[in-house]
Amino acid sequence: MLMIIKTIKSFALLELFRGMFLTFRYIFKAKVTINYPHEKGPLSPRFRGEHALRRYPNGEERCIACKLCEAICPAQAITIEAEPRKDGSRRTVRYDIDMTKCIYCGLCQESCPVDAIVEGPNFEFSTETREELMYNKEKLLLNGDRWEHEIAQNLQSDSSYR
Amino acid sequence: MKSPRIYNRIHPTGNMFLYSFSFYLFSTIAVLSALMVISAKNSVHSVLFLILSFVNSSALFVLLGAEFLAMILVVVYVGAVAVLFLFVVMMLDINFIKLREGFLQYLPFGVLLGAVLLLELSMIFFSNRLSKVTLVEFSTKPIFSDFENTKDLGNVLYTEYFYLFQLSGLILLVAMIGSIVLTLRDRSGVKKQIIYDQVNVDTVNYIEKKKVKLREGTNV
Amino acid sequence: MDNSLSLINDLIIPGLIIVAQILAIIIPVLLSVAFLVYAERKVLALIQLRKGPNIVGPFGLFQSFADALKLLAKENIIPNRSNKIIFLIAPMITMVLSLIGWAVIPFAPGWVISDINVGIMYLFAVSSLGVYGIIMAGWASNSQYPFLGALRSAAQMVSYEVSIGFVIITVLLCVGSLNLTKVVEAQSTVWFAIPLLPMFIIFFICALAETNRLPFDLPEDEASLVAGFSTEYSSASFVLFFLAEYASMILMSAMTVILFLGGWLPPFDIAPFNYIPSVFWFMLKITFILFLFLWVRGTFPRYRYDQLMRLGWKVFLPLSLFWVVVTAGFLVMFDLLPT
Repeated sequence: MLMIIKTIKSFALLELFRGMFLTFRYIFKAKVTINYPHEKGPLSPRFRGEHALRRYPNGEERCIACKLCEAICPAQAITIEAEPRKDGSRRTVRYDIDMTKCIYCGLCQESCPVDAIVEGPNFEFSTETREELMYNKEKLLLNGDRWEHEIAQNLQSDSSYR
Repeated sequence: MKSPRIYNRIHPTGNMFLYSFSFYLFSTIAVLSALMVISAKNSVHSVLFLILSFVNSSALFVLLGAEFLAMILVVVYVGAVAVLFLFVVMMLDINFIKLREGFLQYLPFGVLLGAVLLLELSMIFFSNRLSKVTLVEFSTKPIFSDFENTKDLGNVLYTEYFYLFQLSGLILLVAMIGSIVLTLRDRSGVKKQIIYDQVNVDTVNYIEKKKVKLREGTNV
Repeated sequence: MDNSLSLINDLIIPGLIIVAQILAIIIPVLLSVAFLVYAERKVLALIQLRKGPNIVGPFGLFQSFADALKLLAKENIIPNRSNKIIFLIAPMITMVLSLIGWAVIPFAPGWVISDINVGIMYLFAVSSLGVYGIIMAGWASNSQYPFLGALRSAAQMVSYEVSIGFVIITVLLCVGSLNLTKVVEAQSTVWFAIPLLPMFIIFFICALAETNRLPFDLPEDEASLVAGFSTEYSSASFVLFFLAEYASMILMSAMTVILFLGGWLPPFDIAPFNYIPSVFWFMLKITFILFLFLWVRGTFPRYRYDQLMRLGWKVFLPLSLFWVVVTAGFLVMFDLLPT
């Protein structure tokens, strides 16, 4: 008897119709797609995106050319050259990051004693040529100026965990 | 919108030109592609030309008003038989040069066969039964009309030629059974998937629940 | 002078009318192919909780045109070791075969280019020829994946055609004619989908297999065969294959509608329904069947090849054969055979 019922069920394609009903219901469900360039998903304050060199509020650059970041960088993407400035303070004359080498591990950020080099929340920095990904000090400082607000906010919200 | 139904696309009297033009077009292609079938170097090309020849002969059937035969030709020969032909020819790794070696040896037999066929065809052509209806006369009959030759064919097949029809069916059946018997082998030890059983698996008979003690496990 | 006039009257004017009729069918078909591709992407996206194309044009409606432009702007690559002539002919044949079937489709009473007496046979023949484009493409590419795809499609289409043939015979038993207009007219009392429901379902599933749609799209199964027979194709020749697949999908749905869903007939021949023009009903039913195609694609996983063959030969063939006998017996017993 059970066999007969099962045979009838399988010939009536009952399970197939059930599956089709399920997919039909899904047509009317709310969609999970984010309309990417117009809408963006949330980012953690610890997100490690494009690098930036920060400044103090008075406009003085934070980096003191201690080269800790250069030393810790596992991909050896950072190159720093330093010289005393005219006022006697120690500053970098060259701060390059090869973004094609960088693995976005965030160790430079961790090692920095003055919070100068940070990885900001920006992840949309693709370029059309390889050369544009060799960042120099100027570019990094510019990034810092552009993203300062967001970077400061992220550091602030994360500071209680450090 | 007026009905665009046009029955006599090839007009009985007016468009003799179009009729003969399409006849010569299709028959030329059919004959040429038939020639290519036996002369093409690549056997896949041969089969493709064979198909072209079939399609053109079915077009000739349409011109004669034998639309059912035309469609059957396409469905059976082109749609099924030639596909299997092509299937086999593509799969086989044939050495074409070797295949051509016996050409001269078989030539007399081939010529004989062709001559017999030619003789038969010309006998039919010159016999009294056909010569009454010439091609021109035949073509003046309306081609696409309410007259359905499918029905007529059926009527003749199932009354006058009933036994012959059944006999040909039996021959095909015997051929089918023969080929199945030749290829059917009962191999032992082959693991087969029985879908009916798989579908009918239920939780009661196929799943066993066991209490597993911590750090002891259980025998499966 | 008189001779040339008769030439114009007999050849050129009817010729122009025929060309105009052909264009009047082919252009809407190709346009609907474009929107069918869009609809497919949208329906699949909705089923999978995505949004689907929504950038090009309002609601992304012009997505297919953008895609076609992109493909046509690409380079047409012909593999070095391919059989070049057949390689190029194959997509053309596929495209032509998916379009010539429309010659016999009646859109409304009298709206048909060629109302031939063997309409169903013609459609059947055209759909059975469709396999050649694929086989030729697979063979001419001279590459493993396309060849495997071609072999699969050859076996698959031949198998499922047998069942389609029996389903068509069942319908013909109830109609008594091979003329598509008469097939539709015979359904004025009840659509064949109701008395012949099992055959309708078998026909629909076979139509899925015949058009190489999921769950039977093994000839272009991307998981195991890259892109099957169309692996080596690019640019315009790929566009032709793509268009042909969807055009033959629409053709098969039109065939389903004519055979089982009463063609242009409204569901009930009463006031609000028969105000709507018949063409509209025909299109609406085609749209419904096409939605079924997409819906099935969004629901079921792909068949394994041996299961596909088993389904065709061991389930559908006996079932449809059985139903032919049952229908014939029923018609003879109650003296319902059409004359």
